[in-house]
Amino acid sequence: MPQIEQLAETYTSQIFWLLVFFGLVFFVVGRGMVPRVMDTVALRDTQISGDLAAAQAARDEADRQEAAWREQENARRAQARALIAEAKARAAAESEARLATAQQRIDADLNEAEGRIAASRDRAGAQIEAIAGEAVQDVVRRLAGIEVDAASARAAAREVMNHG
Amino acid sequence: MAAEQAKIDPMHQFTIEPLFGSADWELAGVNIAFTNSALWMAIAAFALWAFVVGGMKRQVVPGRWQMAVESATGFIDDMLAANVGKAGRKYVPYIFSLFMFILFANLLGLLPLGVVGLHPFTFTSHFTVTGVLAILSFSIVLIVGFARHGLHFFSLFVPHGTPWPMIPVIAPIEFISFMVRPFSLALRLFVAMMAGHVLLEVLSSFVISGINAGPVYGVLIAIPSLALMVGIVALEVLVSAIQAYVFALLTSLYINDAENLH
Repeated sequence: MPQIEQLAETYTSQIFWLLVFFGLVFFVVGRGMVPRVMDTVALRDTQISGDLAAAQAARDEADRQEAAWREQENARRAQARALIAEAKARAAAESEARLATAQQRIDADLNEAEGRIAASRDRAGAQIEAIAGEAVQDVVRRLAGIEVDAASARAAAREVMNHG
Repeated sequence: MAAEQAKIDPMHQFTIEPLFGSADWELAGVNIAFTNSALWMAIAAFALWAFVVGGMKRQVVPGRWQMAVESATGFIDDMLAANVGKAGRKYVPYIFSLFMFILFANLLGLLPLGVVGLHPFTFTSHFTVTGVLAILSFSIVLIVGFARHGLHFFSLFVPHGTPWPMIPVIAPIEFISFMVRPFSLALRLFVAMMAGHVLLEVLSSFVISGINAGPVYGVLIAIPSLALMVGIVALEVLVSAIQAYVFALLTSLYINDAENLH
């Protein structure tokens, strides 16, 4: 077993070179490089968690804004609906008023026309009476030779006309 | 080595040989020959450095290599967080170095470089090496324990809730089990690596001897041995990772004792 047979002659060099090379590994790799590798890992971990937190915050903000937008939208829609209803009511009232004035004018026209018609009829009646009275005078003078005054002739004619 | 070709010595692979004529190098009176063992420590250290350098791009979206390095550091970090807690973070450099250095040593020692005439050397199959690593871990436990808790650290030998009449019995047992820790750490790794390599060497000698002994032996012995070797190599790759993990895990458990004294 060389480990034991060569122990006396080699142990110093074994220990010396092991301490040299393990020391190099410890100070150069272990102390020098490993902490920087671990820093990189830690840096990445913090960056990832930071990014995740930022993404979560952005999402919360988007949700909040959407909720606010929806609320605003609902309010605006309600406002629009109220506006439309108001306009509709106003238009209805206006058309009703205009209809009422038109109706009034039509009624007035109608009344006036009726008045005119009645007046014309009266006038026409009176004229017919006068003509009938004159005709009666004329007929009576020609047939009976009696001179009837205009008033009684007209009364007689009116009586006949009224009784048909 | 030509003389040894005749018989296959499964232990020869653990022989330490000075390289580049450095057999007589001395520092302060002790021999520091640059051996094949030291060469493979250098290769393992360099390979580990190259591996981690590939993960230093520091990209926010990591590539495959960076991902692999970050998985390794994350693995050690998680292990320490689970076993020691928040205070375990400062031991990540040490445990990472320990785990990866042992892992690279174990895996590099398994490389089939014999095919191209090179001799891979698994320095973790030498207890001088595993012993030094175990003593390092044990020293850290002692230093941290006494620095954090002072003499109160001795209460580690009295488990929580021990009835006081039992203390004279329990404390020596706990003390012994505590003192055995560095030995068990060192021997576990050394034995696992050596046993695996000896087994592979023995099986490969079966293959060679079987083929040399003729076609009947070749079919009956060499082929089953080769099939078994393939399986054992896969197992050894697993053992390499598991032993590195066990070394690092036990070290972190011992550090937990020192950090969080019951």
